[in-house]
Amino acid sequence: MADTLLDIRDLKTWFATDDGMVRAVDGIDLHIDRSETVGVVGESGCGKTVTARSILKLIDMPPGRFEGGQILWQGRDLLPLGAAEMDKIRAREIAIVFQEPMTSLNPVYTVGAQIAEVLREHEKLTRRQAIDRAAEMLSLVNIPNAKARVHDYPHQFSGGMRQRVMIALALSCRPKLLIADEPTTALDVTIQAQILELMQEMKERFGMAIMLITHAMGVVAETCQRVTVMYAGKVVEEAPVDALFGNPRHPYTQGLIRSIPRVDRAATHKERLEAIPGTVPSLVDPPPGCRFARRCRFASDVCRQAMPPLKQVGPGHFVRCVL
Amino acid sequence: MASAVVLLAIVLAVLLGPLVWRVPINEIDFAAQLAGPSWAHPLGTDDLGQDILARLLYGGRISIAVGLCAMLVAAVVGVLVGAIAGMSRGSVDVVLMWLADLFLSLPQLPLLLLIIYLFRDALTNVFGSQGGIFVMVVAVIGGLRWMQVARLVRAQILSIREKEFIEAARALGASKIRQVVRHILPNAMGPVIVAGTIDVANAIIAESTLSFLGLGFPPDIPTWGRVLFDAKDTLDVAPHWALFSGAAIFLTVLSINFIGDGLRDALDPRRVL
Amino acid sequence: MSRQYLIRRLMIAIPSLLGISIVLFTVLALAPGDPFGELASNPAIPPEVAASLRAKFGLDDPVWTRYVHWLVAMLHGDWGFSFASRIDVDTLILQRLPTTLIVIGAAQLLAILVALPVGVLAGTRPYSLFDQIANTLAFIGFSLPTFFTGLLLILIFSVRLDWLPMVYRADLGATGWRWFVEEVKQSIMPVAVLGLFQGASLVRYVRSAVLDVVRLDYVTTARSKGIGERKVITRHVVRTALIPVVTLVALQMPVVFGGAIVTEQIFRVPGIGSLLISAMLSNDTPVVMAVTFVFACLVVLFNLIADILYGWLDPRIAYR
Repeated sequence: MADTLLDIRDLKTWFATDDGMVRAVDGIDLHIDRSETVGVVGESGCGKTVTARSILKLIDMPPGRFEGGQILWQGRDLLPLGAAEMDKIRAREIAIVFQEPMTSLNPVYTVGAQIAEVLREHEKLTRRQAIDRAAEMLSLVNIPNAKARVHDYPHQFSGGMRQRVMIALALSCRPKLLIADEPTTALDVTIQAQILELMQEMKERFGMAIMLITHAMGVVAETCQRVTVMYAGKVVEEAPVDALFGNPRHPYTQGLIRSIPRVDRAATHKERLEAIPGTVPSLVDPPPGCRFARRCRFASDVCRQAMPPLKQVGPGHFVRCVL
Repeated sequence: MASAVVLLAIVLAVLLGPLVWRVPINEIDFAAQLAGPSWAHPLGTDDLGQDILARLLYGGRISIAVGLCAMLVAAVVGVLVGAIAGMSRGSVDVVLMWLADLFLSLPQLPLLLLIIYLFRDALTNVFGSQGGIFVMVVAVIGGLRWMQVARLVRAQILSIREKEFIEAARALGASKIRQVVRHILPNAMGPVIVAGTIDVANAIIAESTLSFLGLGFPPDIPTWGRVLFDAKDTLDVAPHWALFSGAAIFLTVLSINFIGDGLRDALDPRRVL
Repeated sequence: MSRQYLIRRLMIAIPSLLGISIVLFTVLALAPGDPFGELASNPAIPPEVAASLRAKFGLDDPVWTRYVHWLVAMLHGDWGFSFASRIDVDTLILQRLPTTLIVIGAAQLLAILVALPVGVLAGTRPYSLFDQIANTLAFIGFSLPTFFTGLLLILIFSVRLDWLPMVYRADLGATGWRWFVEEVKQSIMPVAVLGLFQGASLVRYVRSAVLDVVRLDYVTTARSKGIGERKVITRHVVRTALIPVVTLVALQMPVVFGGAIVTEQIFRVPGIGSLLISAMLSNDTPVVMAVTFVFACLVVLFNLIADILYGWLDPRIAYR
């Protein structure tokens, strides 16, 4: 496993709330190899975003806290690192793009200044050099007239353009891993495709690995090599993308795939789009068994008694289900 | 909670205190001039040998009454203006809100002083020296504090009148005034109560300030500010005089402010300021 | 910041100044009796002065004409004659105004220097021990009326400890370095009283503004850049939190002037606040009107400054 960049082992990120301890991420394992695109999918509230933010330790503590596990970055555990050490990893080794391009940029600084800030911090550039580099990055992400726009404020850009700025910002220090936390969810459909294409293009150019967090299975099918499916703070299935779509083993994964709207089928067979019944269970004191049991049509008493282990069902294909 | 207890104690003391502590407020005793606290005079005496405890208990009634009445004036004016502005929209709304902004940017204390300076004699002639000053102080303090309530009521009306139950009432043909009185005002009360509470504290400070500057109540009415005004020239020999009267104002204002803050948390948790 | 923005703010300041002048004039016009009745009975004032004053204020003209005349006279700096000080009112006010501005300015500076770090620390550690202490002290601070704090400070530092002079003296009878030291010593208490009162409410504003900003997305973005928590707070949190604070400070200005009047009166600081009180006590109407007008203008001026600061702090405003 010499090529493993990131190896998360049994990570637990919990939050203390008035209602009790919320086990947002409750012992997940996930690894990303060099130059690989890994999709992390699941419904809202399943722990995807908390996982992403845990990697860069962007969790507010309190109320959050790491209850256990390891986050190995090129073999080195990030969890015990101090703030100064962590700041050397952020942006330079691992960068992140958030869901909301409208609010992720500081409204009072020009986009150039915000990109330059990170360059000056990590590459010790002068103000002039940093602004020039920022302009280069903007033109790289296909923002027209980048030399002039580098002096514009975020509110002068549209949502899609701001997400391009965010990508430029994230890639400005050539990180080895880009975490994209639902980067297209807040955008128009046509813009979504452009942003995904841009990320693909950037990946070819810089060769970084991408952790793509999304709830859109279609996006995963198009862009990822491997997929991890999360449910209620746990990994329920992990597989190469072909295996996952060709032979989904977990009932939850099957449900997710069935809920993808398909033009060809809907038109001819008048089939109804299948939704998974119910919602994600409370993560405060979850029941002992499989967390999906309550919504699973195959659930039996075995499922409710103990959490099934992750078992291998094919090459690189793991599933947490007794079936 | 502690603040509610303190405030209750102060209010009870000024209401019932004079019935229990029957020392006259204006009994001059030159033998006990500027005496410190003793059994005969628990809070000491002033420069005329008058009992400070009795004066503070009596003056507290006036200070607190001014605070409450001024708040009522502010609340009534504010609710009226806010309701009219919120219901009418259009140019009436614009003018009223411009007026509220204008009043917010008026230098309150200088204006307060100016009005009292110009109108004092006329009102004294009509209502007598004590009543005239009281009416004027209450009217002016209240009249300069309605803006916040007006804005709150207007904002509430604008947000609530779009909600369904108002629509329902409108469909049933309820008149505008009826809508405001029956449906909108009860909903707008939370923030108004908070603002009103804080206004009581502000009005007490305003009255004390006037009296402290020698422009409020006359010397024979010992409001807290007036007592402090009289005390300030003998700080070196009789600090207790100023300390007790100042502490009375401070404790009252502090407990009211704390209660207002608590009410705000309870009634409107989303607002921080 | 664009020039149009500046001009627009200036244009907004004019109607509010006019509005304030109308309110002032209305109060004067509604005042019962003759505000210059004092003139006739005061033997110190020559009849011709009284007559010219009556003519200038046009006491027999219709209200609107009187208002316009009055406003034009005020704007020209033609504020009449002080009966008590026996000099022109504008001269008198110009003598006193710098002192008031210095005291208020120094107090604002003190308030900001105290409130900004305290408010930021409290806002970034909400509900911590520090936050609770700061919050309680802030509450006590703005519940303490300035006249009481002033007396307390005099009691402690002048009467008991004898460190600082009890009253402010315009004429110190010293020069050079000694004059400066004396000047600073006698300014400490007035500035502290006013500054701490202001600072107390400022702490709460800053805290709640910081609290609002720290949970915004772009602060997380800033953290993900690896620039260190200090820079995240100073560049990204404080910088934007200042925007609402500026507005709130501007709204507070009328209260600050009220506090300044009280403070000047306690410490006998020879500014326009104490001038107002002494003019009232000696029935010096032209001075009373002029000082009130000056205070009103100062409020408008500070609101204008706040607007300009606001446009400078928030690029979104200036471009609109």
